Amino acid sequence: MEAALTKKDCIITSYRDHCTFVARGGTLLEVFAELNGRQAGCSRGKGGSMHFYKKDSNFYGGHGIVGAQVPLGCGLAFAQKYCKDEAVTFALYGDGAANQGQLFENLNISALWDLPAILVCENNHYGMGTAEWRAAKSPAYYKRGDYAPGLKVDEMDALAVKQACTFSKEHALKNGPIILEMDTYRYHGHSMSDPGSTYRTRDEITGVRQDIEKEVRKELDNAVAQAKENPVPESSQLFTDVYAKGLGVEL
Amino acid sequence: MLGIVRQKTLEQSLKKIRPAVSVLRSYSSAAKQMTVREALNSALDEEMSADSKVFLIGEEVGEYQGAYKITKGLLDKYGPERVLDTPITEAGFTGIAVGAAYYGLKPVVEFMTFNFSMQAIDHIINSAAKSNYMSAGQISVPIVFRGPNGAAAGVGAQHSQCYAAWYATCPGLKVLTPYNSEDARGLLKAAIRDPDPVVFLENELLYGESFPISNEVLDSSFCLPIGKAKIERKGKHVTIAAYSKMVGYSLKAAEILEKDGIDAEVINLRSIRPLDRSAINDSVRKTNRLVTVEEAFPQHGVGAEICACVVEESFVYLDAPVERIAGADVPMPYAANLERMAVPQVEDIVRAAKRACYRSVQ
Repeated sequence: MEAALTKKDCIITSYRDHCTFVARGGTLLEVFAELNGRQAGCSRGKGGSMHFYKKDSNFYGGHGIVGAQVPLGCGLAFAQKYCKDEAVTFALYGDGAANQGQLFENLNISALWDLPAILVCENNHYGMGTAEWRAAKSPAYYKRGDYAPGLKVDEMDALAVKQACTFSKEHALKNGPIILEMDTYRYHGHSMSDPGSTYRTRDEITGVRQDIEKEVRKELDNAVAQAKENPVPESSQLFTDVYAKGLGVEL
Repeated sequence: MLGIVRQKTLEQSLKKIRPAVSVLRSYSSAAKQMTVREALNSALDEEMSADSKVFLIGEEVGEYQGAYKITKGLLDKYGPERVLDTPITEAGFTGIAVGAAYYGLKPVVEFMTFNFSMQAIDHIINSAAKSNYMSAGQISVPIVFRGPNGAAAGVGAQHSQCYAAWYATCPGLKVLTPYNSEDARGLLKAAIRDPDPVVFLENELLYGESFPISNEVLDSSFCLPIGKAKIERKGKHVTIAAYSKMVGYSLKAAEILEKDGIDAEVINLRSIRPLDRSAINDSVRKTNRLVTVEEAFPQHGVGAEICACVVEESFVYLDAPVERIAGADVPMPYAANLERMAVPQVEDIVRAAKRACYRSVQ
C-alpha cells in the first residue's frame, strides 16, 4: 500500500495498528516501547497497543471502538478536499466492522460530496470469534457500496495490493469514494486473551502461514531488548496532554 | 406396641443422626465458594429456565461462550433462538432488543464492555428509559443491559471508563453495581425479573474472584432488592461508601484503619439508581464522617451525588467535610505505573479516612 501512496495521503485504521505505524515510518523501538508502556513509545506510553499515531506521516491511529475510524477517515478526506491537497485517505477496517451503521452513513455522505476516501476492508474472515458468514448476510464487502464502486484484491499478493491502491487513488481524486476488499488471513487469535483455536482448526492456520519471519526476527529481538531498558513515563505525565491549551489538571 | 417401639428407636436414631447432619450443613455452607463469573452464569441459567421470554443477545455470547465466559454453556442448553450472537453493531442490536422488550420479551443485552454501549446509548436512554413515562405506563421495557464496566488492566483510554454516573443520571433507568458473588446472583436475578430497564454494571477484574456463599443464595428463588445498600462492615468512626471493586479496597482499608484505632463502617452501595439515601444518611448520622470511593472520573460522579444528599439531609451531623476519592481526572493512561496512579488504591482510602477523622496522615 505504501508503495502506491505518498506521506501526504492519510491512513487511519483500527486497534490493529502496529504494522501500519511501522509502514508510515515508525521505528520498532517506538512500537515495543509503547507496548511496554515506556517513554520512548510513540504515544509516550500513554496510548498503548491500540493507540499508535504518527501525525507527521499522516497516520491518524489507532482506534479502539470498532468502526469509528471509518467516519474519521472520511473526515480526513473531507479536509483534504477542503484544502485542495490533491491527496486521499485510506480508512482501513475489518470484516467485523464492515457491518457498522456509521460506515454506511459515511459512504453515503462521501459519495454525495465526492470525498477522496478509500474504504479498505481487510477481510480476514473472522470478527474476533465470529466467522464472516455468521455476521454478514452478504460477505461480498466490496459490493456493499451499491452506488460506490468496489474492488476485490488478494491481500496476500503485495503487487496486486499496490496496483489496486494506485488505481483507487486516481479514482478517488476524480470520482469520490471507492471500496477495496482485501482478502487476507489472521494467523493469531483476536487479542492476547484469545487462543484463536476455539473457532477454527490449527490446520487451517498453518496452511496459510508463510516463512518470511526468520530474517526479521533478529531486528525485532533487538528492538524488544531496547524497549525493555527504556524507563517508564514520569508520574507528572499522568496529567499532561489532557488539553492542547491551558486548563491543565492540578495535582 | 411393636409399632411404638419401632417409632421410639427410629426417633432415637434420628436424634443421633440429626445433629451430625446440621453440623455438616453449617460446615458446608461456610465452606462453599463461588466466583462472580459462576454467580452470573448460574443466575442467567436459572432465569432463562424459569421464564421462556428471557433471551440473551450480544457479541460472542453464544458459540464463543462469552467474551469473558459469563454465558458459558447457555447456547448448548437453550439453543440459538434464545442465545443470539450478533455482528459488531451495538446501535443495531440494542435497538432490536429494546423493540423486542416493547413487545413483551425479556432481553438481556451484553455489551462486551460498557465503553461500547456509547454506540447504543440513544436506545438505552431515549428508547428504553423514557418509554414508560412517555406512554403513560403502556409500554414498559423489561430489559437488562449488562457487561463489564470501568477500569480493567492495561487496556487504554477507550476501554476503561466507568459509566455509573452517566446512566444513573437518567430517570427511568435502574443502575446496579454488584460487588461479590451474592450481589452478582441476587441483583442479576432481580434485574431480569424487574419490569423496567436495568443497567447492570459488572467488573472484569472481579469475574475470577471467589467469595463464600450461603445455601440461601444458591437457591433458585434467591433475589436481592433493588435500591438497597448493604453494610458490609459495621463501624462507628467513619463511613466509607463504595461500589463494585472499590468495596473490596474499602474493606482492606478498614482493616488497616482498625490497627490505628479507627473503626470504619463500609457500605456496599449495590444500587446507584435508586441510591439508598436512607442507608447512607443513617450511617453518617451514626459516624459523623464520610468518605466516598469510586474508580470513575470525579466530576459529576456518584461521590458528588452522595455528598449532596448527605449535605441536604444530615448536614448538622457532619463533623468533617466529606472526602471524595475518585479516579484521576484524565483519560486512562496505558503505562502500568501511570494507570496505577489513575485509579484509587487502598492507601488513598486510608489517607482519606484519616483526614476525615482529623488524624495526622503519614
